[in-house]
Amino acid sequence: MESSQADINREIEAAAQQPGGPQPRIDYAPYRSSILRHPKLPAHLVDPEAVELWAPAFGHRDVADDEADLTIQHAGTPLGERIVVTGRVLDGDGRPVAGQLVEVWQANAAGRYRHQRDQHPAPHDPNFTGVGRMLTGTDGTYRFQTIKPGPYPWRNHVNAWRPAHIHFSIFGTDFTQRLVTQMYFPGDPLFPLDPIYQSITDPKARELLIAQYDHDVTTPEWNTGYRWDIVLTGTHRTPLDSDIEDEAE
Amino acid sequence: MSAVPGQTVGPFFHLGLEYSGMNELVPPSHPRALRLHGHVYDGAGDPVPDAVVEIWQADPQGHIPRQPGSLRRDGWTFTGWGRAATDPEGHYQFATLEPGATEPGKAPFLAVTVFARGLLDRLFTRAYLPDDPDLLAQDTLLESVAPDRRATLIATREPGGLVFDIRLQGDGETVFVTYPRLRDAWT
Repeated sequence: MESSQADINREIEAAAQQPGGPQPRIDYAPYRSSILRHPKLPAHLVDPEAVELWAPAFGHRDVADDEADLTIQHAGTPLGERIVVTGRVLDGDGRPVAGQLVEVWQANAAGRYRHQRDQHPAPHDPNFTGVGRMLTGTDGTYRFQTIKPGPYPWRNHVNAWRPAHIHFSIFGTDFTQRLVTQMYFPGDPLFPLDPIYQSITDPKARELLIAQYDHDVTTPEWNTGYRWDIVLTGTHRTPLDSDIEDEAE
Repeated sequence: MSAVPGQTVGPFFHLGLEYSGMNELVPPSHPRALRLHGHVYDGAGDPVPDAVVEIWQADPQGHIPRQPGSLRRDGWTFTGWGRAATDPEGHYQFATLEPGATEPGKAPFLAVTVFARGLLDRLFTRAYLPDDPDLLAQDTLLESVAPDRRATLIATREPGGLVFDIRLQGDGETVFVTYPRLRDAWT
């Protein structure tokens, strides 16, 4: 039998009683698709070796400047609330991650992805694909303009809805810092009901995924602004070495 | 500083992460092209048709590439990084070059990252080349893994290629790895 939202809420509440770390619990049954897709044995601790101390390099030949504007990819203007999202990518020691790739993808304003597997009967927007790429600046800043995505239903349980979010894929300066996550918007009423968001059982850690509205980022007569800083884990490489290396290039 | 938590790549990652040539670190017609491929399986032994596998590796001389160009490949520059999505049968493949040893006496391997719908955070592992039993026997990671699980970290040779299957759970579960600063960040 399919679970109800009340069933899921009970499971979320039960899981929240056990102390959890700041990362999502990969063994998190309220998210039904996770049941057969998480390792049961603990990850094996290893010191990173040579190649794991570096991340792939991306540059301007990889990403065009206009890929950071999701509102100009078609002949017309997409429907919905035009927003800008910006912030800094930092490593766990507070150093900016410069010149690195950020990839984003999202649903349109109606909550529909341009993807054949998305069967939600909300309208596609012919003027919105929902994909962007950019490189961080020397101070780790990324910035893109888009349309605020809508929430959408999924089939985890009866009447399941995801809070509005933007998917982010981020690289650090080490292979070990690789991160794929989702950015959420402040005050979403779906937060307590969503098993993907709640799989992070530490409330403080969950909040790290929520962008803040920032009126200083808002552009007059044009778009509203959100700020979201992305802190990765610490690098394993001696920073001095990388600085010298990068300057020598 | 507290690191931002991960979240699943979700079911619609093809939209944002796929691009042309992403799994061809070299053109498949390259005289030294190596086909690295395999399946991703779940805990029931079923293929996972919506996983993403990324590889990051040294070049055949053991140098770690520092060149950009993984998103817009020019057919000549070896960037060392690629991405593949599994197909409806849970299969992924790359065209790449053999990684060399980054230091004398080290067993060569490819660093591997796995994402999937249903997988709430990314997983790291390694795919070692199977050819030199002495190097493998001395490897720090392989040495520290229970002998019956070592094989999950070692690719298998086939003509023109290497096979590396990834089992997310259950029988033959792949050994996934974590690193000191990840662990420290969460404790």
